[in-house]
Amino acid sequence: MTAKTLYDKLWDSHLVKQRDDGTALIYIDRQLLHEVTSPQAFEGLRIAARKPWKLSANLATPDHNVPTTKTERTVGIAGIQDPVSKIQVQTLDDNCNEFGITQFDMMDKRQGIVHVVGPEQGATLPGMTVVCGDSHTATHGAFAALAHGIGTSEVEHVLATQCLIQRKMKNLLINVEGTLGEGITGKDVVLHVIGVIGTAGGNGCAMEFGGSAIRSMSMEGRMTMCNMAIEAGARVGMVAFDQITADYVKGRDFAPKGDHWEMALEQWADLVSDEDAVFDKVVEIKAEDIKPQVTWGTSPEMVTTVDGFVPTLEDAKDEVERSGFERAYKYMGLEPGQAITDINLDRVFIGSCTNSRIEDLRAAAAVAKGNKVADSVIQALVVPGSGLVKEQAEKEGLDKIFIEAGFEWREPGCSMCLAMNADKLGSGEHCASTSNRNFEGRQGYGGRTHLVSPAMAAAAAIAGHFVDVRQFELVK
Amino acid sequence: MKAFVKQSGIVAPMDRANIDTDMIIPKQFLKSIKRSGFGPNLFDELRYLDEGQPDADNSGRPLNPDFVLNQPRYQGASILLTRENFGCGSSREHAPWALEDFGFQVIIASSYADIFFNNSFKNGLLPIVLDEAIIDGLFAEVTATEGYELTVDLENQNIVKPNGDLIPFEVDAFRKHCLMNGLDDIGLTLQDADDITAYEVKRKASSPWLF
Repeated sequence: MTAKTLYDKLWDSHLVKQRDDGTALIYIDRQLLHEVTSPQAFEGLRIAARKPWKLSANLATPDHNVPTTKTERTVGIAGIQDPVSKIQVQTLDDNCNEFGITQFDMMDKRQGIVHVVGPEQGATLPGMTVVCGDSHTATHGAFAALAHGIGTSEVEHVLATQCLIQRKMKNLLINVEGTLGEGITGKDVVLHVIGVIGTAGGNGCAMEFGGSAIRSMSMEGRMTMCNMAIEAGARVGMVAFDQITADYVKGRDFAPKGDHWEMALEQWADLVSDEDAVFDKVVEIKAEDIKPQVTWGTSPEMVTTVDGFVPTLEDAKDEVERSGFERAYKYMGLEPGQAITDINLDRVFIGSCTNSRIEDLRAAAAVAKGNKVADSVIQALVVPGSGLVKEQAEKEGLDKIFIEAGFEWREPGCSMCLAMNADKLGSGEHCASTSNRNFEGRQGYGGRTHLVSPAMAAAAAIAGHFVDVRQFELVK
Repeated sequence: MKAFVKQSGIVAPMDRANIDTDMIIPKQFLKSIKRSGFGPNLFDELRYLDEGQPDADNSGRPLNPDFVLNQPRYQGASILLTRENFGCGSSREHAPWALEDFGFQVIIASSYADIFFNNSFKNGLLPIVLDEAIIDGLFAEVTATEGYELTVDLENQNIVKPNGDLIPFEVDAFRKHCLMNGLDDIGLTLQDADDITAYEVKRKASSPWLF
């Protein structure tokens, strides 16, 4: 039998039909739905008088638009002040009721960012295919699942047929060998990878993260890495199944129990790339080379180390990159050659589907403990990824640490990652953000985003500018 | 979806790589629950000098005179010429909806982000991939000639230049078929409903916890 990659195995086990023209029907085990990319899909079903193929495969929760202040979260949808956001959240509610889809609504403590909620509930399982109308669906690949971000037409297609029309992608392995230094997280690793291969480096590929550094990483770290596979152009990110995966999944609400659990474990053990499997492309990364990362520009590939500098035009590889650098200097208000540690911050955002899980909040709180947010920082937000993350953090007293240090402790949602709710940057403001995109205007009109890990964001909030988190004395 | 067979139109050049979907249609406009009406906010932050709001009237807003689509010579353009990795970032299908609503029917670039590429075909928008050298040549011709038009012939898979020269392009056979006939994917997939059901029976036996 030919050796297979993890992606090959997931593809083969979900192949419903291979068509002569090279396309294939792939079966979808789980669809996650949120308010932004689903209304037009439900409308399409209604117009064509179609019903969802398999109701139980779907799980919905509102996340992009929901307000994160307590005052707007006490009376449900009626409390949302932005009338346009309110209609969208209400529409999800109405559609879920009409079609009979399970929803964790705004008042449910299981509500949160879809990519935090799925894994947390065990609704994302090893060996599954997972889709969602959101590019960060790659997150779920951390469970040795095949997870695709899709458009709204495809959301409707999956609702109606339980399948996706796909062409097989290429196999790309990012092999991270060695031991990560103290204070270096999955976020730093994935930003480093994007810096190496570029934002189009993974186009057309399913990207597997392997190597000893990944094998010893927590599920939270793996989710952060797979989440940002899309920022390297790969629609799919994946990590092989192992004991760490099994330990995370066991006992969760939607996870198999009893005999089914034993049966599943046996099946999942095969969710690894065979030793002699052939990848179309392999990128080797040395874990020891990775330092804390900070993006300086308007694309995730415009990234450097905290002890580095904004690159100069001489560093650009070609004319296209050169003009990209020039535009980025102007938009970001930075000078070529400027030290990263000289960038002053106006706001700090700790949250998003990339970094709002309990481990992320613990790492940020460890830095914040006993310190104060700098006076020059207008606002430092901590937005947990779900109601359950929030509850756990409060049990551990993390909320108190943040509040005492001068951070705002908010209700769960996507928040300032894409600023569809009231949490946004003012024009020209610099933000240390644990989110995933530093595009122009992403966090607010004219806002300037710098992507970092949670600990780096917390350290920046305290110092008022970027600092190397490894220099911080952590309270153990 | 409306059918696409052949299309002639003015070419607008956006000489910039990595144009992301946040740039194509900013987040505040994603609050709509409709598929139409995104055209006036296409490239909103580049096109206007102020910040756009959803459900607002755009007619009185100050235009950025430097932005390509605001220049008189590119009015009515239906073909967008651009650079590598077009449509990267967010999966929002609002991006092709906005391009299509504005009047674009064809995009020409050296590469696209996967999700955007896929979404375009579902909305009657044809993303064409050409070599960087050919793209360079087109940029030179478009900027040198006012009213520069191309004809895109999907059936024969070529682009006809004003001088009659042909530029061939590749397109996936299934997508071409759907685009030329304005076909709805869902209807086609449902013709294979028996295969889907048979797969489910097999899957339920091997992985019962999924059912």
